[in-house]
Amino acid sequence: MKIKLLKEEIESASIHHLQRISGEDLKKCYQCGNCSGGCPVSYEMEIAPSQVMRFLQLGKIEEVMKANSMWVCVGCLQCYSRCPKGCSVAAVLEGLRQTVLRKGEDFEKISKIPMQFLKNAPQQAIVCGFRKFVS
Amino acid sequence: MPRIGVFVCQCGNNIAATVDTKKVAEEMKKLPGVVYTCDYKFMCSSPGQDMLRQAIKENKLDGLIVSACSPHMHEKTFRKAAEAAGLNPYQCEITNIREQCSWVHHDTTKAVGTVKSIDLTRMTIERLKKNRPLKKIKIPVKKRALVIGGGIAGIQAALDIADGGREVILVEKEPSIGGNMARLSETFPTMDCSQCILTPKMVEAELNENITLLTYSEVEKVDGYIGNFTVQIKRKSKFVDEERCTGCGECIEKCPFKTESAFELGLAKRKVIYTPFPQSVPNVPVIDAPNCPKIQKDKCGACAIVCGPKCIDFKMEDKIVTEEVGAIVVATGYQLMPNERFGEYGYGRIKDVISGMQFERLASSSGPTGGEIRRPSDGKVPQNVVFIQCVGSRDEKKGVSYCSKVCCMYTAKHTMLYKHKVHDGQSYVFYMDIRSGGKRYEEFVRKAIEHDDAMYLRGRVSRVYEKDGKVIVQGADTLSGSQVEIEADMVVLATAIVSREGADTLAQKLGIGYDKYKFYNEYHPKLRPVETVTAGIFLAGTCMGPMDIPESVAQGSAAASKVLALFSADEMAREPITAGVNKTTCNACWDCVTACPYSAIERESVKDRQGNIVKWLARVNEGVCQGCGVCVAACRSKSVDLRGYTDEQVFAAINSF
Repeated sequence: MKIKLLKEEIESASIHHLQRISGEDLKKCYQCGNCSGGCPVSYEMEIAPSQVMRFLQLGKIEEVMKANSMWVCVGCLQCYSRCPKGCSVAAVLEGLRQTVLRKGEDFEKISKIPMQFLKNAPQQAIVCGFRKFVS
Repeated sequence: MPRIGVFVCQCGNNIAATVDTKKVAEEMKKLPGVVYTCDYKFMCSSPGQDMLRQAIKENKLDGLIVSACSPHMHEKTFRKAAEAAGLNPYQCEITNIREQCSWVHHDTTKAVGTVKSIDLTRMTIERLKKNRPLKKIKIPVKKRALVIGGGIAGIQAALDIADGGREVILVEKEPSIGGNMARLSETFPTMDCSQCILTPKMVEAELNENITLLTYSEVEKVDGYIGNFTVQIKRKSKFVDEERCTGCGECIEKCPFKTESAFELGLAKRKVIYTPFPQSVPNVPVIDAPNCPKIQKDKCGACAIVCGPKCIDFKMEDKIVTEEVGAIVVATGYQLMPNERFGEYGYGRIKDVISGMQFERLASSSGPTGGEIRRPSDGKVPQNVVFIQCVGSRDEKKGVSYCSKVCCMYTAKHTMLYKHKVHDGQSYVFYMDIRSGGKRYEEFVRKAIEHDDAMYLRGRVSRVYEKDGKVIVQGADTLSGSQVEIEADMVVLATAIVSREGADTLAQKLGIGYDKYKFYNEYHPKLRPVETVTAGIFLAGTCMGPMDIPESVAQGSAAASKVLALFSADEMAREPITAGVNKTTCNACWDCVTACPYSAIERESVKDRQGNIVKWLARVNEGVCQGCGVCVAACRSKSVDLRGYTDEQVFAAINSF
């Protein structure tokens, strides 16, 4: 992939917004890779947690938005507990989810979920899933 | 009959694993002249040494052998112990049965190792029987030092020696002392202004009564040896009388001709009569003769007309001064690798591609832009600046294989300086690794990234080109796995530190070693870091390899303490293992003179009563001789012998094998 680095993107409003709602300073990440190493679901992610941080540092929020990473994150906070700089990728991913959901764009349509699945899944999982995927 | 004692060391299991030390001791007792033998676990330990001293006294020993490790390790220890028991220390000899026997044999039945140890020890005994007691050589020491190089390391060394109450001659090639540090804007990690911390030291060096500054001078020739060096220094003509010049600067003001300033690295021009920078020490201008029309074509002469004290002399010539010193500190510093070698970065072709040192001048308040960051091509304030690290460093093919050590830190500093001066600017740094080992260094780099918004990109730049007034930088960011393109306004290269031009020639004049990059070699990289193989010559600063200011200063002080230790006694004691010439058989063929690597052999004339020379003889200068034995091998008439290792002794050892 070829990218063009632009100050306007690195310092863009959406990056500032993401930092504000997640409470994380993206610049703090020094790319040690501990989060990607410990994440229990990183193998399912199109962009690993540490690379999510990297693309955001470079101002490439669109790249991250296209990927499934934020929806795969289960919020177990393994990344946060291991991070030597005290960053929480989970918080950043939650922030990204919120930027989508707050626009009213649901990731899951409840009506499209099979009834059988809803009947069998534990109630707590369903509530959590709604909270995470639905605006 | 001699009375010899043999002490066999087990060295824990180092020797005892493959050598039956008890048997060695018993076998030795059977030899004529051996009156006492024993073996012990650690001869070098305090009880071991006590045992040795006691045995000498009780058995009235007149010579002793310690069969143990290499003489490099403990020869001094055992000789001291022997001396304490009243013996001549050179009557104590070491047999190496560890490095040359037990460590190289793996036979745990101990058969091979034991037999070999017995042979080796017997040979030493026979050599010892022919020993003659030797006395340490005393050499008078001249208590004045020469420091070559007036950068921060040299200044520090000179100040410390001077504070120790000894005279110092500080030789500097440029018209002012200060070196590369004088060029820097601010210094990491404390960000104090370089000039502000350097100039007080420069002034102190100028005012110190014990320091003689010889600026615009170079060392021509070095003769002699530790404690007694004779140095010839070329004082290049300044065309200005240093004694009478008041430093008013009128001449510089009136000089109508300008040329490129070497101090400003091509970013500014200076007058033909000049001081390199405003705080120059000494504050005496020099005339750049090749560019001066008066000196070249006898036209102009404005400076001489306006000079109040009339101290300009266009006829002044270079002169050689001779100084006698006891020790030399070499602190000749570094220079930067030519950036033109890396065509892909466009240095020299693209005006807005500059070196890190040039950036220092741009950021310096005494620099050509008065401290404002303005790019060289059009003087505009750059909004996007790309810094490229490892230009030449860690580049085996086109550059040097080593890391230049300071670039990571000064690049981080540059991004901070830039941010502090251009608040809305964006800096980018291409790096391979960030090497920030040092007190508060890592925190400093993180501050540049987290606080001052430097965008660090892990990867190298492969192309820099111009397009529509922008400098396009194309590189990689391996962390995101992408190829990166940046439209920059200015590019700064962190160029590799290399040794000074002519470093090799100076090393040859001094007789010190250097590596393939022409950095000077220390005697031992860990345990003797500021000494050279040539006794009396010490090193400090970047002439040994890349290092930062704190390290250079520490080395300057370390070298000074070595010099002061040498000067603390009137005479210096040296090992007496030196060559001696038999005057009756020497036929003055001078083969030894040619062979000697230390120039320790002199030609001596023998005169009759009328003063006519009747004969020539070789004579060994014991102050210089290192006891290597090359002359012994070269001598055709067998007139040279090495004390402690005479032919007679060596033959005795071989015969007993």
